[in-house]
Amino acid sequence: MEIQVLFSLPLIIASFFAVFMPVFDAILKKNKQIIFLFTLLNFLLVIVADIFIFASPEFFTGVLKSGLENSDFGKFLSDAVSLGGYTSFFDLLFAIAGILTLFAAKDYLKKESYELKEFYSLVSFSFAGMLFIAHANNLLILFLGIELMSISFFVLSGFFRNNILSIEASLKYFILGAFATGFLIFGFAMLYGATGSLELKVIAQKISFNQVTPIYFALAIGLIFVGLAFKASTFPFHQWAPDVYTGAPTVVTGFMSTAGKTAAFAAFIVITKAIFLSNLVIDNATVNPPVIAITRNSREILAIIAALTMLVGNITALMQTNVKRMLAFSSVAHAGYILLGIVSNNSNGWSGIVFYAFAYVFMQIGAFVIVSLIEKENGSNLNLSDYNGLSKSHPFLSASMAIFMFSLVGLPPFAGFFGKYYLFLSVIQSGYLWLALVAVIASIISIYFYIGLIINMYFKEKEGEPLTVQCKTSGISIILSLIGVIFLGIFPSLLMNPLLNLFK
Amino acid sequence: MYNIVWLIPLLPLIGFIFLGLVGKKLKSESLIGTIGSATVGISFLIAFLMFLKMLSTPLEAPVIVNVYKWISAGYFSINIAYQIDQLSILYTMIVTGVGFLIHIYSIGYMHGDRGFFRFFAYLNLFIFMMLNLVLANNFLLTFLGWEGVGLSSYLLIGFWYDRKFQGIRIIWTGHAANKAFIMNRIGDFGFLIAMFMIFVNFGTLEYTELHNILVSNTISYQYSSAIGIITILLFLAATGKSAQIPLAVWLPDAMAGPTPVSALIHAATMVTAGIFLVARNSLLFALAPSTMNVIAVIGISTAFFAATIGTVQNGIKKVLAYSTVSQLGFMFAALGVGAYTAAVFHVMMHAFFKGLLFLGAGSVMHGMHNEEDIKKMGGLQKYMPITYKTFYVASLAIAGIPLFAGFFSKDEIMWQTYNHGSAIAWFVLALSAFMTAFYMFRLVNLVFHKEERFDHKHIHPHESPKTMTIPLIILSVLSALGGFLGIPYILGFWFSHNPNFLDNFLEPVFKDANVVLGFSENHQLGGSEYLFMLISVTIALFSIWTAYKWYYYDDKWSVPRKLVLKFKGIYKLLWNKYFVDEVYFTTIVDPLITSSREGLWKFFDVKIIDGLVNGLASITTFFGNQVRKIQTGFAQTYAIVMLAGAIILISWLFFGL
Amino acid sequence: MNNIPLEYYIALSGILFTIGTLGVILRRNAIIVFMSLEIMLNSVNLAFISFARYLGDTSGEIFVFFVMAVAAAESAIGLAIILALFRKKQTIYVDEVNVLKH
Repeated sequence: MEIQVLFSLPLIIASFFAVFMPVFDAILKKNKQIIFLFTLLNFLLVIVADIFIFASPEFFTGVLKSGLENSDFGKFLSDAVSLGGYTSFFDLLFAIAGILTLFAAKDYLKKESYELKEFYSLVSFSFAGMLFIAHANNLLILFLGIELMSISFFVLSGFFRNNILSIEASLKYFILGAFATGFLIFGFAMLYGATGSLELKVIAQKISFNQVTPIYFALAIGLIFVGLAFKASTFPFHQWAPDVYTGAPTVVTGFMSTAGKTAAFAAFIVITKAIFLSNLVIDNATVNPPVIAITRNSREILAIIAALTMLVGNITALMQTNVKRMLAFSSVAHAGYILLGIVSNNSNGWSGIVFYAFAYVFMQIGAFVIVSLIEKENGSNLNLSDYNGLSKSHPFLSASMAIFMFSLVGLPPFAGFFGKYYLFLSVIQSGYLWLALVAVIASIISIYFYIGLIINMYFKEKEGEPLTVQCKTSGISIILSLIGVIFLGIFPSLLMNPLLNLFK
Repeated sequence: MYNIVWLIPLLPLIGFIFLGLVGKKLKSESLIGTIGSATVGISFLIAFLMFLKMLSTPLEAPVIVNVYKWISAGYFSINIAYQIDQLSILYTMIVTGVGFLIHIYSIGYMHGDRGFFRFFAYLNLFIFMMLNLVLANNFLLTFLGWEGVGLSSYLLIGFWYDRKFQGIRIIWTGHAANKAFIMNRIGDFGFLIAMFMIFVNFGTLEYTELHNILVSNTISYQYSSAIGIITILLFLAATGKSAQIPLAVWLPDAMAGPTPVSALIHAATMVTAGIFLVARNSLLFALAPSTMNVIAVIGISTAFFAATIGTVQNGIKKVLAYSTVSQLGFMFAALGVGAYTAAVFHVMMHAFFKGLLFLGAGSVMHGMHNEEDIKKMGGLQKYMPITYKTFYVASLAIAGIPLFAGFFSKDEIMWQTYNHGSAIAWFVLALSAFMTAFYMFRLVNLVFHKEERFDHKHIHPHESPKTMTIPLIILSVLSALGGFLGIPYILGFWFSHNPNFLDNFLEPVFKDANVVLGFSENHQLGGSEYLFMLISVTIALFSIWTAYKWYYYDDKWSVPRKLVLKFKGIYKLLWNKYFVDEVYFTTIVDPLITSSREGLWKFFDVKIIDGLVNGLASITTFFGNQVRKIQTGFAQTYAIVMLAGAIILISWLFFGL
Repeated sequence: MNNIPLEYYIALSGILFTIGTLGVILRRNAIIVFMSLEIMLNSVNLAFISFARYLGDTSGEIFVFFVMAVAAAESAIGLAIILALFRKKQTIYVDEVNVLKH
C-alpha cells in the first residue's frame, strides 16, 4: 500500500461511513443493533488504522512529508489536508470519545425511549467533521469540517424533539452557532484577501515574509478568533454553552463538550500554527512590522480570554445546584485551561493541549455517563441532592465519579493532573507567569464544587427509597474512562513523548 | 541493600489494595488488623536495617534508587526514584515505626466498627503516600505524596462522616474533612507554583541536582529574588500542611477523625511534612535569609498563640491539637534560625510524645464512652493505671523535664534561637514553653487526679485492651529515653567529642546549608548556655507547680475561676481561638460566595449589557428599548455579548497595529 | 468593473455583514433571524468573490460555492428546528424560549 493511502485511511474510513450511514439506515429498516455495530466499527477501524500509522516507520522519522510531495496523489492531498504527525492523535482521540459516547448512548436512549437510528448517522457525520478539522491544511477544508461537525451537533442537541429543553438548546445553539460561523468565514475571507491564498502553507509563508495587507490581516485574526472562541466556548463567547449543554441529551453533551471542544482547539492549533510567528522570531525581532505586533497582541488577548474563561467558568459553576449544569460550566473553565496551550504558542503548549484533551475526554465523558445513568426521564434527578448517599446504593458508580472529580480537580496521580501540569508549565515557559497563577487560583476555586459532589455522594444520607440504575453497556464506557484516567496518570510520557516529538 | 528501598512504600500499597479489594469479605478483624500492621511493620524493619547499615558505613552522598521512569518528555524527565540519605531514613523510621504502633493500637480502638477494613486500608494508603513524600528524590514525587497524604487524611477525618462534631460553621465530621482539605489546597497552590519556578530557573526538579547547582553557585544565588519567591511559596505550602499561621485553623477541626488518625496524621507524621520540606531544601532556604526570618517569626508566633489557646480549652483532643500546632511552631522557629538538626530532632521526639498523648487520650475516651470534656472526667488514675502512667511520662517529656525526650530537643531549639536569633525570640518561646507545661499538667490533673466528676450511672471507666496499652508503653519508653539521641554538647563533652548523635548523623545533609549560614562546627563551652538551660528547667518546674497548685491542691479551682472573671475579654478571645475562623468566614469565604452568586452572574448579564447598551449614545433608544427587556436565557442577549466581545477584540488588534 | 477599487466591494460586504449581525440581534422572529444569518453569509460570499477577482485566483470562487451549499444545509436544519419549536410551543419568537437560564 502506498504510504499516503495508509496515512489518509482514517479520513477515508470516516468519510465512507459518514456517506453510507444513511444508506445502511434505509436498508436495515428496524435493526438498531446492526446500525450500532456499524458505528462502532467505524470508530474501531479508525483506531486500527491509527495503530498501523503509529507502527509505520515513516511516522516518526518525518520521511512522510517529502514522500507526500513526490507523488501526484500525495501532492493533491497535501494541499488540502495534513496527514500523519499529531493529527493522528486527534483521530485516536475523537474515535475514543465516539466509542465512549456510543456505549453510554445505547443505555441512555433506551431509557428515554428515543433510540432512533439517526443518532448513529449524526454521530458519524460529526466524527468525520472533526477529523477534517484536525487534518485541515486549507481554509476550505477547515470550514467544511467545522460546519459538518456543528450542523450535526445542532441536530443532536435537539434530538429529544418532544422535549422543550432539548429544542431550546438546539435553537440557541443553532442561532448563535450560525452567527459565529458568519464571523469565522468572514475572517477566512479577510485572511484570503490579506494573503491571497486559502492554503495554510502558503499563508504561513506569506506571513513569515511579511507579505500581507495589515488591515485585512488584523481583521481576519480578530474575526477568526471570535468564531473559534465561540466553538471552544471561551469567554465572552461562552454563554451558549451552559444552556445548550444543559438542555441537550446528556450523552450528546458529553460528546459535544469533549470531542467537539477538542475539535475546536484542533482548529485553533491549525490556524495559530499558520498565522502566529514562532516565539523565537518574536523575541528576537528588532523591527516591529505589523505581523509581529499582531501576533503579540493576539497572544495577549488570548491570555486575557483564557484567564477570564477559567475564572468565570469556575465561579459560576460554584453556584449551580444542577449537576449537569455544573459540569457544563466547568467545561467552560476547562476550555480556559486548554487555551493556555495556544497562548504559550510552542511545542510544549500544543502537546499539552492534546494531552489535556485526552485526559479531558476520559474524565468528562466518564462523568457525563454517570450523570446520564442517574438521570430520570425528562431531565429530572439531576440535582446535587439527588446524589446523596450514592456511595451506599451504588458504590462502583460513586467511586468512579469520585475519581473523575479528582481528576477534573487536577489531583495526582490522575490524568487531569498531568494535563494541567504540562499546560501550566508551558505557559510559564513562554513568560506568562501571571496566567499560570490565575489558572492555579481558578483550579482551587473548582475544588469546591467538584469535592461538593463527592461530599454529597459519600457524606450525606439519602432520604426516600434508593435509586435504581439500569447500567448495561454504559458500564463499558465508565470502565474505559477509568482506565484512561488512571493509565494516563501513571504513564503520562507514553503519550507526551511522541507528542513533543511530533510538534517539534 | 539500599536498592530494595522500593519495598518500603510498596508493602503498604499492597496492604491498601488488598484490604480495599477483599477487606469487605474478610470477616476476621484480627486478620485485617494483622495484614494492615504487618505491611507497615516489615517496612519499618527494612528501614531499620538500612539505618544500621548507614551507621556502620556512613553515607557521604545520597543514594538514588530509580524505580520507574514516570515522565520522560524530551525537555523534561522525572523518575520515580527514591533518595536514601540520613534525613529520609530518619523520617521513614518515624513514619513506619510510629505508624506500626498506631496500627496495632487501632486494632483495639476500632474494634467492632463497621468500617474496620476500610480504616486499615486508608491507614495503609496514608503510610504509602507519606513514604513517597519523604523518600522522593524530586519535587514532583514529593508533591504526589503531599497530595496523597492530604487525600487520605481527608478520607480519615471524614471516616465517621455522619457523627456530630462541634466547630465553627461545622456540624458534621464531613465538613471538618472538607475544611482541612481546602485549607491544604491553598498551601498546595504555593507548592505547585514553587515547583514551576524551580523548573524554570534551574531546569530540574531533582533534589540532588538542585543541590549541586546551588552548591556550585552559592554566592551568585544568595539574595536572588527568584530563590526568595520560591522559598516563600514552599513555606506557604509548609504552613498549610503543618498548620502554621495563617493556615492553622484546620488542624483543631481535623480532630473530628478517629483518635488513632489524630495521633498518626495530625501529630506524628503528616503535619511534620512541612518541616521535612524545609529541611530537605535546607540549602535553598539558607540562601534566602529573608524567608528564614519569615519562617522564624511565623514559627515563634504560632508557638505562642497556639499555646495561649491551649491553656483554656476543655476538650482533651482540642488541647492536644493546639499543643501540636504550638510544638510545630517550635520546629519552624528552629528552622528559621537555621537549626535544622534541632528541628528534625524535635520532630522525632514530638512524634513519640505527642503520638503517645493522643493515643492516651484515645484510651481515655475509649474507656469513657467517647467523652471529650475534661471537666467531666477526673480521678481516672485508679481505673486506667497504664494509660495514666504513660500519659504522665509524655507530659513530663513535652514539658521539658530533664532527661525526658522533650527536654533535650526543646532546649536545643530554645538555645539555638537565642544563639542565632534574638533574646526576644527566646523569651517568647520560653513563655510558650511555660504555657505548654501548664496546660499539659492542667490536663493531667483534670483528667486523672482528684474526685470523679463523671456520671457513674452511665460511664464505667476501664483500662483499654492490650493491643492499645502495649503501644502506649513502647512509646512512653521512647518518650522517656529518646532524648539521649541528641545530648547537647555542654552536657556530654566529657565523654565524647560530639555527644550529639543526631547532629553527627545528619551532618552530611545539612553541612552545605550550615556553611552558607556561617555556622561553625566547633562547639564552645559557655556559661550562658548552662544558665539558659537552668532557666528553662525552672520555668517548666514552676509551671507544673502552678498547674498543681491551681487544679490539684485547690478543689474549687478558685484561681483560674477568678482569672476568667477578671480577664473576661482575654478569656473569650482565647476560648474562641482569636476568632480566626469567624474572621476567615466573614472576610474571605462569605464575600466570595455572595459576590459570585449575587455579583458576577447577575452583574455580568444585567449590568454590563444594560450599561453598555445605554452608553452608546445615538443608538441607545433604538437599541435599549429592544435590549432592556432582554434578560438572561435569551439567545440574542448572548449574541450581543458576543458582538461586544468581537468589537473589543478586533479594535484591540487594530489599534495595536 | 476594474475601475471600482477593491475597497468599495469590501466595504459593501462589511456593511452587509453588519446589517446581518444587527438583524440577528434585534429581530424576534426566528425566520427573520435566519434571513439575517443568510445575509451575513452572503456578505462573506461577496468578499470572497471580489478578492478572487482582484487576485486573479479561482480558489476564492470555489469557496463561495461551498458556502452556499453549507448555507442551504444550515437553513434546512434551522427550519426543522423551528418546526419542532412551533409544534411544541406554538411560537417562533426567539425571545419566548428562555427556560434555560442562570
